[in-house]
Amino acid sequence: MQVKLEKRPEPSRLMLVVTPIASVLLTMAIGVIVFDLLGIDGFRAVIDIFVSPILLSYKWQDVAVKAAPLIIIALGLSIGNRANVWNIGAEGQYIIGALCAAGIGIAAGTTGGPIIILMMLLAGMAGGTAWASVPAGLKTRFGVNEILSSLMLTYVAVQLLSYLVGGPWKDPNGRNFPATAPLQPEQTLPILIPGTTVHLGIAIALVLPFVFWLIMARSVFGYQIRVVGSAPNAARHGGFDSDQTVWLSMLIGGAMAGLAGALEFAGALKAINLGFPSGYGFTAIIVAFLGRLHPIGVLIAGIVLAITYVGGQVAQTTVKIPNATAGIFQALMLFFILASDVLVRNRIRFVRSPRAGSGQAASQTAGGE
Amino acid sequence: MDTELAPRLALSGITKRFPGVLANDNVSFSVRPGEIHALLGENGAGKSTLVKMIYGIMQPDAGEIRWDGQVIRVANPKAARRLGIGMVFQHFSLFEAMTVLENIALGMDARIPGRELESSIRQVMEQYGLKLDPHRTVSTLSVGERQRIEIVRALLLNPRLLIMDEPTSVLTPQEVEQLFVVLRQLATEGCSILYISHKLHEIKALCDTATILRGGRLVDTCDPRTETSRSMAEKMIGAGLKEISKPASRALGDARLVVNRLSMAAIGHFGTALKDISFTVRAGEIFGIAGVAGNGQNALLLALSGEESSEDSEAITVDGAPVGQLSAKQRRLRGMASVPEERNGHAAVPDFTLSDNTILTARDRLGMVSAGLIRTGAASTYAGEVIASFAVKAQGPASMAGSLSGGNLQKYIMGREILQKPSVLVVSQPTWGVDAGAAAAIHQAIVDLAAAGSAIVVISQDLDELLSLCDTLAVINEGRLSRAMQVAEADVHEIGLLMGGIHGEQASAPAREAAIAG
Repeated sequence: MQVKLEKRPEPSRLMLVVTPIASVLLTMAIGVIVFDLLGIDGFRAVIDIFVSPILLSYKWQDVAVKAAPLIIIALGLSIGNRANVWNIGAEGQYIIGALCAAGIGIAAGTTGGPIIILMMLLAGMAGGTAWASVPAGLKTRFGVNEILSSLMLTYVAVQLLSYLVGGPWKDPNGRNFPATAPLQPEQTLPILIPGTTVHLGIAIALVLPFVFWLIMARSVFGYQIRVVGSAPNAARHGGFDSDQTVWLSMLIGGAMAGLAGALEFAGALKAINLGFPSGYGFTAIIVAFLGRLHPIGVLIAGIVLAITYVGGQVAQTTVKIPNATAGIFQALMLFFILASDVLVRNRIRFVRSPRAGSGQAASQTAGGE
Repeated sequence: MDTELAPRLALSGITKRFPGVLANDNVSFSVRPGEIHALLGENGAGKSTLVKMIYGIMQPDAGEIRWDGQVIRVANPKAARRLGIGMVFQHFSLFEAMTVLENIALGMDARIPGRELESSIRQVMEQYGLKLDPHRTVSTLSVGERQRIEIVRALLLNPRLLIMDEPTSVLTPQEVEQLFVVLRQLATEGCSILYISHKLHEIKALCDTATILRGGRLVDTCDPRTETSRSMAEKMIGAGLKEISKPASRALGDARLVVNRLSMAAIGHFGTALKDISFTVRAGEIFGIAGVAGNGQNALLLALSGEESSEDSEAITVDGAPVGQLSAKQRRLRGMASVPEERNGHAAVPDFTLSDNTILTARDRLGMVSAGLIRTGAASTYAGEVIASFAVKAQGPASMAGSLSGGNLQKYIMGREILQKPSVLVVSQPTWGVDAGAAAAIHQAIVDLAAAGSAIVVISQDLDELLSLCDTLAVINEGRLSRAMQVAEADVHEIGLLMGGIHGEQASAPAREAAIAG
């Protein structure tokens, strides 16, 4: 017996929507089983992680605040992934974006207002773009794999952050803690709903998916990204430059990650310390895939992943499981979505394996017609 | 005596079903000892499926196979080889980095010591006049020589039935002649040959009997020597064959495409470099480029389409304007369209709709873009026009390109370029893997476009196609292009020599002497 994967002529459109939902449900089921086996109330843990943030209305703002950077970063990444450009270094671009925004904040001193805030956001985007331009340049110029170079630059960004917050940018009044001075109140993002932590970045995260959707569905640029990802040779035939596609998709990914970093800094945290790199840049990869690389899917998937972050904190206090549990669930989700993707695009066939001497024949069958 | 009377191979009621297709429907015929039997049919007629069942790669769903009168079940290719059935596939299974001897040794079921194998190889080659050095590395051999390895491999097993799947599609006319000599000798020695092809004149020249398949069914078993090519073709496609109608006399206009000393480095490991290629195509002219696969045809198409740009912008000019350094997009704006050989994934995106596929090459010329946004309505309308005027069998502009049959997709792609009224059209293998009906439609469309004043380049490995379609012809070999000749005065023998790589030295030596003398 031999197991063979056979490409389906046309993947089912229904399945493309069903499988992300099924992945989340399967993750929950596996969670229940695994925790029960460990002697923890698995059902309770899964309910706390996946459902409680939805039921407890006071957790909604936390979900929104965590979803915003995930959505914004994942939007950028999904463009690259569609074109088969694999930017794994969004975390680094996110950090650099926040640092650039912080630099503007520090340079502005006590002045604030919309202009300064806008400059911080633009600086964040510029910083993320610049950081992403390095792997883009290396790839188009020297053929360096962008997965490796972008990932490695993340660690450079972390070191740069440690240096700045522990050295030149350390808060003089911060009791020697490695952190920047908190932003002036006029330098932070406006709060949209008084009495909550819902800041302007959340509105941006809600609007951007629709902008990206328009770009991907209707613009020539979106078409270019789709063709390059689906049939690179056809893209060349159609006159789309592959280097240009790498550059644009890398830079957009960097700009979005940088914007997310600046928004997180100016909206939620208001100061940068060593704990700033929280892994949003990596989790956003899961968001992009769970959202099927579709802007609206990314919006929904970002909220789902944010729920697991918040739920992980809830479960920490209720069933006493470590916060890292949320990470395990996120990884399971990615595993299920990628595995189901294989099955949506291929079907499994069991073939009776012919006896020896047929290796040659098998290869001939494949090339036969 | 009994075995003398019983056919070597007899099929009765063979049926094979695939999901959604009946590949073979109740097929029965027999092959006598020493008979050269043609299996004739269009692409998708079920020829390959049928021989795969004879060779044990697949099992029939119904029907029986008799071998020397005995009902047998061919479990796998090894069992087929034990019976004495040999097969030479259209696509070779050879390791490029190994020698001829090593490749043959790897394909044998039994382990034979190297020296013993070498002497039996030499004996087989001598017996059939096959020239081949057992110690040459495969990557240095021509396609014809590679096919000889496969033939030797099959002959070492003393086959009593040899199946040849489209053996001449990659050979020069001279190599075809040599192959026929070998096959005829085999047949006189009593070996039966099942010869799969769609080239009618070869079948007339070689075969004793022809079995014609259409849509998985046996249409007729006839004697090809008493049939005409036309009558067999009509049985094969099941309808009257339409002749290409060429305008009787055409005056060719000014030069529209001029390629002047175009050279380009090889792309990738197995690519071919282009060396000093020059030719001119005038308005209304169809210029054919013949050659055996892998001699630079792909590189030439990429160089002309603009997917690879040239170092010298004057190397290619369209209507006098240099385009050598322009991108594919810019060349299209200047009226230069192209259709590459590979339909799925190069000329078209299989998982895009037909409408989206028009955007790929027609967006700028037909104004499908405004302010960076795609005008989907315009794309859909154009896709509908192409479908209607080229009789593409598709549900509509929203059909996925990948859901169309090869012939229909090719008609769609040709239509997409032709309806843009290009001033220069370059097409590679326009009818490769396309059924005869669609091929005739595509040929007619090319002729009509030329009649409307476009300059057309057709790159093809099918010499018959070029001879019937083109006004002028040149041969590409190892990245060099021969001089152009008028098809009306072309000598097939000379074309064959050029295809086989006998350049300048022999073929045009008299011409050079004349030039020196003059």
